Amino acid sequence: MNAKEIVNEIKRGEKTAAGFLFECKNKIEKKEEEINAFISLDLERSIEKAKEIDKKIKEGKDVGKLAGLPIAVKDSITTSNFKTTCGSKMLEGYHPPYDSTVVSKIKEEDGIVIGKANCDEFCMGSSTETSYFGSTRNPVDEERVPGGSSGGSAASVKYGANPLALGSDTGGSVRCPASFCGVYGLKPTYGQVSRYGLIAYASSLDQIGPIANSIEGISLLFNVISGSNDMDSTKVEEERGGSQIELSLNDLNIGIPKEFYGEGVDEEVEEKVKENLDQLRDKGAKLKEISIPSMEYALSAYYIVAMSEASSNLARFDGIRYGFKQKMNDNWEKVFSQVRKTGFGEEVRRRIMLGTYALSTGYYEKYYEKALKVRTLLKRDFEKAFKEVDFIITPTMPFRAFEIDEKIEDPLSLYMADILTVPVNMAGLPSLSVPCETNGLPIGLQIIGDSFEEDRIIELARKIKEE
Amino acid sequence: MDIVIGLEVHIQLQTNTKLFCGCSTNYRDSKPNKHTCPICLGLPGSLPKLNQKALEYGIKAGLALDCNIADSMQFHRKNYFYPDLPKGFQISQYDSPLATEGTVELSNGKKIEIRRIHLEEDPGRLEHPAGKKQSYVDYNRSGVPLLEIVTEPDMSSPQEARDFLRKIREIMEYLKIFDGGLEGSLRCDANISIEGGGRAEVKNISSYKGAEKALNYEITRQKNLMRRGKEVKRETRHFNEEQGITKPSREKEEEHDYRYFPEPDLPRVTISKEKIKEIEESLPELPDEKRDRFQKEYGLSQDQAESLTTSLFLADFYEEIACQIDPELTATWVADTLKGELSYRGINLKESNIEKEDLLFILRYLKEDEITEKGAIKVMRSTLDENKKPEKIIEEENLRSISLDEISEIAKRVIKENPEAIEDYRQGKEKAVNYLVGQVMKETNGRADPGETNKLIQKQLEEID
Ligand SMILES: [Zn+2]
Repeated sequence: MNAKEIVNEIKRGEKTAAGFLFECKNKIEKKEEEINAFISLDLERSIEKAKEIDKKIKEGKDVGKLAGLPIAVKDSITTSNFKTTCGSKMLEGYHPPYDSTVVSKIKEEDGIVIGKANCDEFCMGSSTETSYFGSTRNPVDEERVPGGSSGGSAASVKYGANPLALGSDTGGSVRCPASFCGVYGLKPTYGQVSRYGLIAYASSLDQIGPIANSIEGISLLFNVISGSNDMDSTKVEEERGGSQIELSLNDLNIGIPKEFYGEGVDEEVEEKVKENLDQLRDKGAKLKEISIPSMEYALSAYYIVAMSEASSNLARFDGIRYGFKQKMNDNWEKVFSQVRKTGFGEEVRRRIMLGTYALSTGYYEKYYEKALKVRTLLKRDFEKAFKEVDFIITPTMPFRAFEIDEKIEDPLSLYMADILTVPVNMAGLPSLSVPCETNGLPIGLQIIGDSFEEDRIIELARKIKEE
Repeated sequence: MDIVIGLEVHIQLQTNTKLFCGCSTNYRDSKPNKHTCPICLGLPGSLPKLNQKALEYGIKAGLALDCNIADSMQFHRKNYFYPDLPKGFQISQYDSPLATEGTVELSNGKKIEIRRIHLEEDPGRLEHPAGKKQSYVDYNRSGVPLLEIVTEPDMSSPQEARDFLRKIREIMEYLKIFDGGLEGSLRCDANISIEGGGRAEVKNISSYKGAEKALNYEITRQKNLMRRGKEVKRETRHFNEEQGITKPSREKEEEHDYRYFPEPDLPRVTISKEKIKEIEESLPELPDEKRDRFQKEYGLSQDQAESLTTSLFLADFYEEIACQIDPELTATWVADTLKGELSYRGINLKESNIEKEDLLFILRYLKEDEITEKGAIKVMRSTLDENKKPEKIIEEENLRSISLDEISEIAKRVIKENPEAIEDYRQGKEKAVNYLVGQVMKETNGRADPGETNKLIQKQLEEID
């Protein structure tokens, strides 16, 4: 059953929210210890909340769009009811005094945040192995990583702890774990969902997105979190249609960018995606080979932008106001240096150092400014492409989930994993990862749409899944 | 030897709320960390939101200083670590500021070029309580809007620098966007060099007088070095207001690399022509304009007009009275007498007890000869010192002028009582008249008009002849 059907049954009184939560609780009790999808969990309070919602329904009162649905929220997203660590020792025990905008919106619609999902430390990783709170395991194959950085969110959805989860995506962090775990994950257009309360990794690339075990779930949660908000100045205030989108495959041109296939992409992955493309063609869509020439520079430019912004965003963690503290009788410089040395993990320190370097006098023009130029080129390439085609379809990840510890010692090969997802963030576009392998290790197919075309992307995913 | 001085002035804008959040800017009378929120504390996940009022105030300031206002501007992050800086960077502006290329005219007629004006956030404040090993941070000030005004190195003496700061204060107060009376509301850094020597950047100047002091000290220091044939190094120095000296900075500021980059959380801000026009039309009369108008409209001297326009409060005080009574008489009484009495007491007009109605009352009585000039000064002093209404003071202290008939009667009596004075007068000693006038004044408690009394006594003495 998908999230929409569950809510409807709860609203109609055919099922109770508390009853459904107990079902989820059973799964959590059975699987969580193995999987480690959560950093924090509060089932007792969640059940209380579910009972309140059931009571409201019984009394005939209005309830929200997410009435009684258990939802996992990535630990990079601020919550007032849970500590928010972003997977780091630096924020161990940090209890934010406020809710992020997306969490407020979930609460307004009577969704129940049951816990905080594990992630790579400060969202820096593609495997959830850099979390200070231990790796999350892939529920499909526990020897393998769930992808990252929103690995806990995707894993929790996959094993049934909750039908919906929130992740955040800077270079693929929603779509990668969705692909590895075999669930859906949407990265909305930059500016579509408020970032207020999202602990920033790279502000100009970050975007919060829904993860679900169904297209209906993605659509439901996306509609709730993308509403208006005045706390994020980069949020685009635009009334979304909301009406049902009609999409006829006969009228559609699907772009196949050659740079996203071939070398570096696992053969089985490519085959599976192409199988789906063939089916789309059989149903009437036209396939068209296109080119994104600046793709060549996308990955290096992405890492320069992301690390540069991160070096500044993470400067606030100095151990004097919140989070990890170091008891030392020394001057300020020594104390904050020690705090940052001990509180941050290796990968985070590496990215801060590289980013600091890229922004330094004499290097700024060589790296940061050049990376911004690549970004402009990428945007232009995609704009050009969308004049010819309605959607672009590529594999989400170049390979399937790899084994735990397989790549963690080799940061470069891990960075390479993001090759197919980062161009989308650089261009600020929306994209959805759709599971397209039903047997064995999951494979994800990525639908990239033009800006603010999330609803059309979701509709195309429905068409793909239609028998 | 040519002296070259440039200033970087920071003034706090008097918005109700901070630059990027809704917290109150009123940090001076508050408990530490009371006016804070996730944004000005830089809590993870919080985002800045530009206060439109601060932008409007910045545009006002730019227009008043004759600057070009940018079509669009960008905020940048200035990255450095300090405990009073909760995000590890300050949101400031870099290569795309709010306004550029303005001018300020000094009292001596010299024009000082403004290079740029930009908006930025104030950091928090550190406190180092005496006798304690720890320091404390108060983030109430964190996020208060600052306007940075950077001049070209156009000033050539500490007096000019001080005059520049005074002008800036006047103009910003006229715009009602700044209160120069608040402690720490104006801070500045000064660049100073003497021909042939390196440039010193003096930081931590936090008052108008301090600026002049710091610069005078620097000139003496640099000249002494040169006289002894030593090199004047290019360096950053710290001003110690209490000791009145500058010292080399401990932190090597010139080695700081602030790694400026565009603030990704704040999109470029476009400033429409319409908005600029609207603000331009709403600009109040500025000090120079008011000064010129006062001269023309009320027939004042340049000095008087200058003196009466040093603050908007004073100018309004003057003008409201001047409109109801003789403007020139009012000018003399406000610019000379009242300002003298205030400066003797070390207070300003706003803080004093005297109200417009009070001075108007005094001047009306004076004009109608109900009190003498001397009496008027007495009333003014008592109003200032005892916070009493002039009417009451005149009554209580019996200051009302007396009529000519009464003076005449008293004069007659005084002359009668002083036959030796009559004798002196007959022998041509003019001093005798002064003595007799003095006696009358004494008898009348100063209420008699000295001029009239003099005339009366001369007349009476001649009549005795
Ligand atoms: Zn605040």
